Parts: sequence; structure tokens; C-alpha cells
Amino acid sequence: MGDLKNRFGPGLSTIFLILVLFWLAVMVLAPNLMMIDYALRPNLPPAALGGPDDTYTLSNILYLAGEPTHRAIFFKTIWASGLVAAVTFAVCYPIAFWMAQRATTGQLAIAMMLIIIPFFINEVLRTLAWFIILAYRGPLNAVLTNIGLIDAPIRWQGDGGVLAAMVYAYILFMLLPIYNAIESLDKAQIEAARDLGASPWRIHTRVVIPHAKAGIATGFVFTFMLAAGSYVAPALLGSPGSRWFTEIIYNWFFEGGDWNRGAAYALVLLVLCLAVVLITLRLFRVNLTDVAK
Amino acid sequence: MRAERIFGAMFWLYLMVFAAYLFAPLIIMGAASFNESRFPTVIPWQGTTTEWFAAMWADAAMWQSLWTSVLVAVCVVVIVVPVGTAAALVLTSLHARARSFAYAVMVSPLLTPGVVIGISTLILWRQMGVGGGVFLIVLAQSTFIICYVMLMVMARLQRFDRTQEEAALGLGASRVMVFRRVTLPFLRPALIASAGLAVLQSIENYNTTLFVRGFETPLTVFIATKVRTGLTPAVNALALVIIVATVIGAIAYEVARRRRAA
Repeated sequence: MGDLKNRFGPGLSTIFLILVLFWLAVMVLAPNLMMIDYALRPNLPPAALGGPDDTYTLSNILYLAGEPTHRAIFFKTIWASGLVAAVTFAVCYPIAFWMAQRATTGQLAIAMMLIIIPFFINEVLRTLAWFIILAYRGPLNAVLTNIGLIDAPIRWQGDGGVLAAMVYAYILFMLLPIYNAIESLDKAQIEAARDLGASPWRIHTRVVIPHAKAGIATGFVFTFMLAAGSYVAPALLGSPGSRWFTEIIYNWFFEGGDWNRGAAYALVLLVLCLAVVLITLRLFRVNLTDVAK
Repeated sequence: MRAERIFGAMFWLYLMVFAAYLFAPLIIMGAASFNESRFPTVIPWQGTTTEWFAAMWADAAMWQSLWTSVLVAVCVVVIVVPVGTAAALVLTSLHARARSFAYAVMVSPLLTPGVVIGISTLILWRQMGVGGGVFLIVLAQSTFIICYVMLMVMARLQRFDRTQEEAALGLGASRVMVFRRVTLPFLRPALIASAGLAVLQSIENYNTTLFVRGFETPLTVFIATKVRTGLTPAVNALALVIIVATVIGAIAYEVARRRRAA
């Protein structure tokens, strides 16, 4: 603090501190505290507020544990988000390796541009694009039936459609950290491994992937978190059988009219995401400073 | 050698499939806005038309939602650029231990799911009697967009030579003047870039906005509602216009950046 005052004088540093404190206190901390407060109180009619029933309780969170459909959707959201992260990794790894180690400067510039352009485009529009492709009478079914791969159109809407659109939406969040990590690997190490007789598979599992593990962990964390918290892809591409946890939360707020339960569910989602972030970072010994770049 | 060539060919095939995966959806979506078919598709092609662009242009609700989005984006920029810059300056003046704790707190909105930011903001302000609307959309979006500004300004600050500030002080400038005439001009490129990023983030946001929108319908909500309730190629026409505008903006930004760097 003394340094700040020294550098910018008392007037400016006070303004800076007020701005930052306003952000952290009013926009970050207070909303989260109020959400926790809501989550731990029962949903009461206005007349009973402050009455004897208005006490802290875990009932909203226990409700999630006891309601089989919601519980199933919760666990499905977790593993499906993990699956999204794993598929995104499989799709991105070869191209990240190629860009970091094999591509010429020109190829790299073109590849970077081609990859970044789609990500300047709104997530809702990208989901809309998949909505059109995957429509029952849409282009994908038409192409597949015409070349004879399938006899009748397939209903893609549901888990498959959600997966395709999510992987599509989060490619960049996986690709860039892996690319950055592999890029710092000295080409000589790969050559040394090859000269010593390692197979390509072994080069990747024993040299490249261990070197890039921080980048891979970062990609996983972000992809998982974005997928678990996504609303637009499941809402537009899902089917009644493929509901996402965020949709349940939305319904508590705007259809079920029980904000306390909605807050409890949102709190569970937040804790889940933070737990996944912290555990992954700890497992891969990555520093938070390296994640948010 | 043969195995290597087969491997190479397979890799190029993978690259082609990857490129198709990236661009086919966008191309098909754009192309569908020229098809006469009432449902946006490219197969069967029922004739080429620009009527969907006219329909989009004549849609008053679309203009209303565009106006809402632009208004929100402008307010967001006004908030996030000063606060994000202040956060970066405060953070870089802290000492090591306090710094890593403050850093964790300050990037935490990036690690919070967007829906949770929207929900917690909605709950807090309803408690104080403020319902969803433009004000809450701006506030909720700013909560995490500030982080992006902060990170971009911090990246720029790392290349800042602080002896410049000291030199100005030594030559008799006041501290406010040093900030205005030395620090701020140095940060200018980062401020402009982060303002651009903030506009983009704000206009494209859906998850957070959905919960705090009240009775407002920003552009993303407008499009998502159309998809669910009555999708016509007019929405594709709108999408195509937005995509072309974003890509032109991105290229212009990149060209400007390279010119400055050169």
C-alpha cells in the first residue's frame, strides 16, 4: 500500500483503492455472501420472514441429495463436462503439437488466425449454427442419407448435439494453453528420444505430455468449468432427456419460484467448479498465476 | 518411410477435418440466410433471396435488443476500464505474500461459472429492492470483465520501466501529472485493446445476462428466444451481419496492432 501511495500520491491511490474495494466488496463478495445466505434459508412467504421458521438450515442442499432426478442430472453434468474436456483434449492435442513443433512460421500464423476467428463469434451464434446443422431435416442428416451411411435421419438433438457444440465452443480454451506449453519444449529433446529408439507413442507419453502437463491441466480446468456452467448449448440443442444442471437452476428461479433452492443449487455448482479447479491445480502442481493468462 | 508418409497423409486429413469442423457450421449458417426456405437450411435449396435480410431489417424488436446490447456494452466499458486498471496498479504495488492472495481473489470471478455471477448479483440487489434490468446486466457483466482488463493491463505493466516515473518526479512533475503524462500514455494500447475486448465480451454474454435481464432482451437473449420459438432465416441474416462485423473488427484490430508493433 505504501508503495502505491508513494508512486501515485494520496489522491490517486485513494481513488484506485476505492474502485478496487467497490469491485471486490460490492460486486464479488457481497453477492456471493447473499447467495450463501439465501441457500441456507427456507423459502418462506413474506409474512413468515423473520419469524420462528426463518432459521439457517441445510434443507435446500439436502433436497438436491434426496431428489433422484436432480441428483442424476447433477452427476450427469459432472461426468459429461469431464467428457467434453477429454474429447476437446483429444481433438486439440495433435493440432497443438503440430503448431508448436512442426509448423513453419507462415503455417503457424495462418493456423492461429483460422482458429481464433470462430471464437470472436458469439457463443449463442455458434450454438445456432449447430442447431441448423443437426436439425432433423438439416444438412448433416441429408448428407449422411445421400451417401448411404444411414437409412433414416437421426435425431441429433440431445446428448450428442450438446457434446458436439460444447467441444466446438471450447476448443480455443484447450488449444492455446497446450500450444503454449508444448511450444516451450526444446525440439532437441524430441529428437534425442527418437534417436534413442523411442516410438512416436512413447515420445508423446513420456516426453511431450509430461512437459506440457501444466498447459493440459489449465485447458481441462477451463473447459470443464465452462461446460459445467454452460446454459445455452443444453438449452438449444438438448432434448428433455438431456437436461443440464444449469437448466434446473434456471427453473428454480424463473419457473419454480423458489429462489432459496435455486441459490442452494447454484452454490453447489460453484463449490463443484472451485473444487475441480483447486484439485486439478494441486494434482498437476500448477500455480494459479499461470492459469489466468 | 512408407509408414511415415501414410502418417503424414493422415495428419493432413485430420487438419482438413478440423478446419471443416471449425468453419462448416458458420458457412452453413451464413448460407442459409440466402435460402428461400422458411426453416434455415441449405438442403434443399429453394431459391436464392435477400428477403430475409429485409425481414431482419424491418424487425423492430431486433433493433430494440441491439440498442439494449449497445447501451449495456458502453456502460460496461465505462466501468471496467478504470476499475480494471486500478486493480492492476494496486496489485502490482503489493508485496509478494499479500499479492498472491489478492491475485487469487481478483481472478476468482473468472473461475466462477457465469450463471452463478448472474444469480448472486440478482439475489443481492433484489434484497435491496432493485430488480433485473440494464443496471444489473451492466453490474453483473462488469464483475468478471474487470478481470480481463486487469490481466491485460498487468501484462503491459510488466514491460514498464518505472525509472521513467522517477525521472518525471525528479524533474518536478507532480504525482498526478506523472500518472497522466507517463503511466497512462504507456498503458494506452492495453486500455484500447481491453475496451475492445470488453465490448465483445459484453455483447456476446448470455449465461450471466440471462439471470439479471429482468424484462430487457439483449441481442443474445433475443436470438436464443427466436431459436426456441420460431426460427426463420431472418435470424441467420442477423447472425451473418454480426459475424461479418466481428471478423472485420478483429482483422482491423490485428492490422492496427501489427502496424504499431512494426
